[in-house]
Amino acid sequence: MITPLIFENKSFAECTWLPELAEAEELVVSELPKRALRKNPPDLPSPSELDVTRHFTRLSQKNFCVDANFYPLGSCTMKYNPKILDTTALLSGLADIHPLADASQMQGALEILCETQRFLSSITGMDEFTLQPAAGAHGELCGLLMIGAYHRFKGAAKDTVLVPDSAHGTNPASAALCGYQVVQVRTNAKGHVDLEDLKSKLNSRVACLMMTNPNTLGLFEEEILEIASMVHGAGGLVYYDGANLNALLGLCRPGDMGFDVVHVNLHKTFAVPHGSGGPGSGPVGVKRELIPFLPKPRVLKKGSTYFFESDANHSIGKMRSFYGNFSAIVRTYAYIRALGPKGLKRVSEQAILNANYLKAKLKEFFEVPYNGFCMHEFVASAARQKKLGVKALDIAKRLLDFGIHAPTIYFPLIVEEALMIEPTETESKETLDAFVEVMRQIDREIKETPQTVLDAPHTTSVSRIDEVRAARQPNVRFRK
Amino acid sequence: MDFISGRNEDKTEMLRTIGAASIESLLCAIPKSLRSFSIEIPEALSAIDLERETKRIAASNADFDRWACYLGAGVYDHFVHPATESLAHRSEFITAYTPYQGEASQGALQAIYEYQSLICELTAMDCSNASMYDGASALAEAAVLALRGTERKKILLSAAVHPDSRAVLKTYLSFFDAEVVEVPVTGCVTDLGRLESLADEKTAAIIFQQPNFFGAIEEAGLISEAAHRPGALLIASVNPVSLGVLAPPGEYGADIAVGDGQPLGNRVAFGGPHFGFFAVRDSFLRKMPGRIAGMTVDHEGRRAFVLTLQAREQHIRREKATSNICTNHALGALKGAIQLCLLGKEGLKRLSLLNVHKAHQVYRRLLKIKGVFPVGTHPFFNEFVLEIKKDPAALHKKMAAQRIIGPLALGPLDASRRGQYLFAVTEKRTEEELSRLVRSLEDA
Repeated sequence: MITPLIFENKSFAECTWLPELAEAEELVVSELPKRALRKNPPDLPSPSELDVTRHFTRLSQKNFCVDANFYPLGSCTMKYNPKILDTTALLSGLADIHPLADASQMQGALEILCETQRFLSSITGMDEFTLQPAAGAHGELCGLLMIGAYHRFKGAAKDTVLVPDSAHGTNPASAALCGYQVVQVRTNAKGHVDLEDLKSKLNSRVACLMMTNPNTLGLFEEEILEIASMVHGAGGLVYYDGANLNALLGLCRPGDMGFDVVHVNLHKTFAVPHGSGGPGSGPVGVKRELIPFLPKPRVLKKGSTYFFESDANHSIGKMRSFYGNFSAIVRTYAYIRALGPKGLKRVSEQAILNANYLKAKLKEFFEVPYNGFCMHEFVASAARQKKLGVKALDIAKRLLDFGIHAPTIYFPLIVEEALMIEPTETESKETLDAFVEVMRQIDREIKETPQTVLDAPHTTSVSRIDEVRAARQPNVRFRK
Repeated sequence: MDFISGRNEDKTEMLRTIGAASIESLLCAIPKSLRSFSIEIPEALSAIDLERETKRIAASNADFDRWACYLGAGVYDHFVHPATESLAHRSEFITAYTPYQGEASQGALQAIYEYQSLICELTAMDCSNASMYDGASALAEAAVLALRGTERKKILLSAAVHPDSRAVLKTYLSFFDAEVVEVPVTGCVTDLGRLESLADEKTAAIIFQQPNFFGAIEEAGLISEAAHRPGALLIASVNPVSLGVLAPPGEYGADIAVGDGQPLGNRVAFGGPHFGFFAVRDSFLRKMPGRIAGMTVDHEGRRAFVLTLQAREQHIRREKATSNICTNHALGALKGAIQLCLLGKEGLKRLSLLNVHKAHQVYRRLLKIKGVFPVGTHPFFNEFVLEIKKDPAALHKKMAAQRIIGPLALGPLDASRRGQYLFAVTEKRTEEELSRLVRSLEDA
């Protein structure tokens, strides 16, 4: 059923929840010069509170979400985020506070920032963290700017960033935004970075290699120590894209693997919900030699007092206003305090167990291109099904009819008809088994009644969407 | 307390299905040398202890429930309508991913489309994206668009733009072949004479803020002429709440309008997360950074929404994308959209005027206090600068005693402004709070 646009609601309710102006409108307006005034008022919808409530409630009901649906979206870590974190982040003392208030009146907020920096450093094996970046890609930008500043400081001319061909799209996009040339490194037959190819592309112009570990195939890069030492030997640094950190908590640390700069996606690993697209948070950790280049201000502790330190000559500057996505950081702080060191380790162990279990079960009817155990996610391929005329996209859409969100599809680019599946640690065996049965049924439909899959979804509020028309005749706003 | 599934008997069965002896054997790819370390974080807390601990921490901050806030400088203590939060915080919005699977995300997509439409109405621009991280990064991305779009290499940046925004812009452009020239401020407004003499055919864009960092209302029309005369773009960073009464960027010919959406339905939350908005003229639609929702149809011809023009974005274009942005601030933007609908046409104007009225009342009242002086004679919206000839430490102490979160001291940012303070007054401030503020100033 179509929900009319809020602009199409013709009712007009007066705004009664704001106080009345204490003086005549003309008198207040006369405080401002005529030239500065708005000529045409914005044509905003003006429905009643009930109509607004109904509208957005109805819209919400047209969304899949983790709280209602299994969401095995690879590399996105769609885990359940406990409700206690919602209530914590909304405490008045944490939500209604001003970033520029005197630090003496904000010791609690600074304590959370400082302690979270310390927790993340310890979890990832890094020496210091900044919490400023607002998202993963923003963290990449921050990390690359620090790497650039570090090389400049050392007087080294670098113009190249290496990324594996399995990398997230943000990696090359962030590198390009910093003016680097992007060179791809091949993945070998085992699904790992090809060392020979890496060697051939390493030279003194390489600023860094950006890597995800486990990589986007869900495989741990076994030769990571050798890779790091090769890059260091050529005068480059190694950057860790933390999108897949959910596999490693308490099991091993990027810092010990030789990574110099690490970003962490709090909205994946550390219980910040995705909010239909954000906000996230992308803190960045560094090794000692990069500390001088961290964004400012830094949050430090002296004795029992927390304070902001802005005095930093080599700092890359600021990544965003104020100090970062504080409410997201509050959630992460509370999540880590709730889990403790043992709980964190159990997160990754269970995430890995769940992924391997699903992989073993799905192997019966889907190709899984790389052998061996996976970490917290794996990539299956619908290549076999494609021969019968049904693609990964169709399978993804058909899953929606069963109330299951689609896996990540067609990524990584190196796997044909990729279905990237990440169950996360919060799902029960019952849910995983039910998913397997749905996949079994879809596989059967592909053989017996393929049209059912090709025409899917059948039960969502709209059927398959005409994306080509959306791009060719863009309609990106309401006009009367 | 933990949030992990998995009964022990399930584990055994799952391992058997996998063909592994233990969880440890699943980790065989990790080199042994990486496995010994200890994480230094405190032991787990129960839900009860966690709540107690976080409440202890929260209680040590000066919050707006107990304190009256006269501090703004980029984020403001506005009233957030309860329906804004209760609707935006529904599980279906909070725990959904970016709506790449359109059929399963029509709610989020339609909400984004409506948000874009609302921002266009508010700013009088042609099109808007789905949101940016904040006003500062939106401004930096606007500069990137201008440099690439004009193929020129100079940005004229008013020194009356928020210092954080100026800093972020410089960070973003630190590896660009571009020059950022700051245009000085006279009193509390951009020096128009200097701006006009600096603008030339090398200028990609002029960037200014309205109302500016000092709360002053700039001569937007003249700045716009200064930009367009040599063919440069005009980038305006605006406070959305001011647009109920102040001219929107589209009315004075801005090419790109950005700003921080916090004043629209987002709690201050120590500076974030809120959202940044980004709106442009039609000709820049395909150069915009970030996600855009579009209206189209489904296979049965019914109205449907989808993320569109993705050929600009990193997951398709990789190193050739218009920006690296992926995750944005959708939830903050949703709050902004809901709050705007709850305000409606009349409400937005009244909110603007309430801010104007209360700020001017406070301004006039404070000027009656001995040792308090005006700085400049420019018009202002809901923020203003005063010079206070009193000992800063004593002032701070007196205000704290009255539970006043005081104005921003400008001296630490700019030595020539020692003794100057930036006050913000929103619709929330009361007579009683004003008398407390007056008392603390008189006593200091």
